[in-house]
Amino acid sequence: MLLVLALLVGLLYATALYLMLRRNMVKLIFGLVLLGHAANLLIFTAGGLVRAGAPVAAEGMAAPPAGVADPVPQALVLTAIVIGFAVVAFAAVLVRRVVRTLGTDDSDTLRTTG
Amino acid sequence: MTDVLVILPVLVPLVTAALAMAAWKHLPTQRVVGVAGAAVGLAAATALGWWVFTVGPVSTAAGGWPPPFGITLVADPLAVVMVVVSALMGFAVAVYAVAEVDEVRQRDTFWPLFHVLLMGVQGAFLTGDLFNLYVCFEVMLMASFVLLALGGDRPQMEGALTYVALNLLSSALFLAAVGLVYAKAHTLNLADLSVRMPLVAAQEPTLVAAVAGLFLVAFGIKAGLFPLYAWLPASYHTPPVAVSAIFAGLLTKVGVYALLRVMPLVFGTVPAVFTILLWAACLTMIAGVLGAVAQFNVRRVLSFHIISQIGYMVLGLALIASPDAGVRRLALAAMVFYIAHHIVVKTNLFLIAGLIRRLSGSEELKGIGGLASAAPWLAALFLIPALSLAGIPPLSGFWAKLAVVRAGLDASLWWAVAAALVAGLLTLVSMVKIWNEAFWKAAPEDRVPLGIAPWPLVAPVAALALITVVIGLWPELLMRIATSAADGVLDPAAYRAAVGLVTGTGG
Repeated sequence: MLLVLALLVGLLYATALYLMLRRNMVKLIFGLVLLGHAANLLIFTAGGLVRAGAPVAAEGMAAPPAGVADPVPQALVLTAIVIGFAVVAFAAVLVRRVVRTLGTDDSDTLRTTG
Repeated sequence: MTDVLVILPVLVPLVTAALAMAAWKHLPTQRVVGVAGAAVGLAAATALGWWVFTVGPVSTAAGGWPPPFGITLVADPLAVVMVVVSALMGFAVAVYAVAEVDEVRQRDTFWPLFHVLLMGVQGAFLTGDLFNLYVCFEVMLMASFVLLALGGDRPQMEGALTYVALNLLSSALFLAAVGLVYAKAHTLNLADLSVRMPLVAAQEPTLVAAVAGLFLVAFGIKAGLFPLYAWLPASYHTPPVAVSAIFAGLLTKVGVYALLRVMPLVFGTVPAVFTILLWAACLTMIAGVLGAVAQFNVRRVLSFHIISQIGYMVLGLALIASPDAGVRRLALAAMVFYIAHHIVVKTNLFLIAGLIRRLSGSEELKGIGGLASAAPWLAALFLIPALSLAGIPPLSGFWAKLAVVRAGLDASLWWAVAAALVAGLLTLVSMVKIWNEAFWKAAPEDRVPLGIAPWPLVAPVAALALITVVIGLWPELLMRIATSAADGVLDPAAYRAAVGLVTGTGG
């Protein structure tokens, strides 16, 4: 399972970077979406895959029993998903505005540092 | 009491943004709230600074969870220097924005966004938690995205897309690196990491080096390090001047601060980090000034010089790999001094670019001229930060460059010192170019009538120029502050004590 997820993370990163390098701005958005997914899945996977109970300490105990799933990576992923959602929503609106202003979705038409 | 003091620099911009949002239909109220909020933010930051330098570092645990479990906010000398300087820029630019940003943009959420940006910046300086640093970066980035695109002019759209794409790439790498750090060290508290990460690095040096590399790239993009700076000159000249001035002053410096805070504390035992930073710093200095040579738009020239100046700061950080304790201390103090000086000077130069545009109707150097005779006061105000940027004594930039060069010489890095001196000379060339084209050469035949500059545009520029002169004439005070900030970085135990994590192995 770990190997499958690791390969999936790698595949997501590769796809994301490939899409971001394309000239089409809509593909840039898809690349950014996949990049976020890759990072989230990486955190989730690296945080340790265990089939275990919830990290709840029984009454009177200072710490939960051994062998519980670590809740922190999941909390991180949850936060990152929310932030990523907002960011992608903004990026989508931005690309729409850019396409309307420039009349094309080819990022080679951008005048940048020249 | 101190809990409140630490959180105030973050809380004040948040409340201000909310109030400005509530008054979104009424522009005069928004303006009053925006400027007053920035003033209160400056007062809060100054109070925190006074407390830290007279009583000692303070920290607070959000939600009452003690470190390393909860999120901590830490005000140590380094953080507080950044907080005070940033709050000062926030106030100066807020005053300037009242008269500079056009009414449509001011109505369309400029004021709430400006303060959300400040909140993200101050949060990034004060946080003692790696994931919280990521969140603060995102708060700052979201606000900066919208500020950059607000108005929707064609150049803004073009710049914003590059800016957004590269900064989101940086955020994704940062997030992945944070996840990997947690997976190995089981903590995200920076003070706790300073104990645990060296243990992990001893066991798995390759993995830790790879994670350090991810952080270097992520922070390098934010800071505008060579070769990751393409987003900066593509976007900084496009929004209203007040927006690009606050960006120029603060955003890249948050990246530099993140390098300065995280790298020595967490990856201090990975020497390759500092070797890479040394090369990147020298290439950044040179690439930045060379990029400026071909530019004839005032803000584009200045944008390339931000990059070049970042190189000087990072050179200071790279020198902490030196075996000599004296060099390390001087290099880091030089870096902190440089950051503080640079934020003031660079923000001011952007504000002056706005004055040049206001007076002559354009900021394209080819089409303007004659400002030295038409507006001698502006010429004087330009010369102070411009010469300071180039490192002419007795202005603040001279002492900043002198300290960096001195540290480089003490470390016997002749080629790095040579790069710094060449970059300094070429900076002067650029400043002379702006002087010759905008101020000295005769005004073009078809010149538009000279615009007028209302006092909200002039007062912040004059105040920042005065600060530059004061730092230049009495550098000892800032140097003492910078040295104490450097001591805090060099001694992780001091940082752990500031966080209140005495054992350092909690959990």
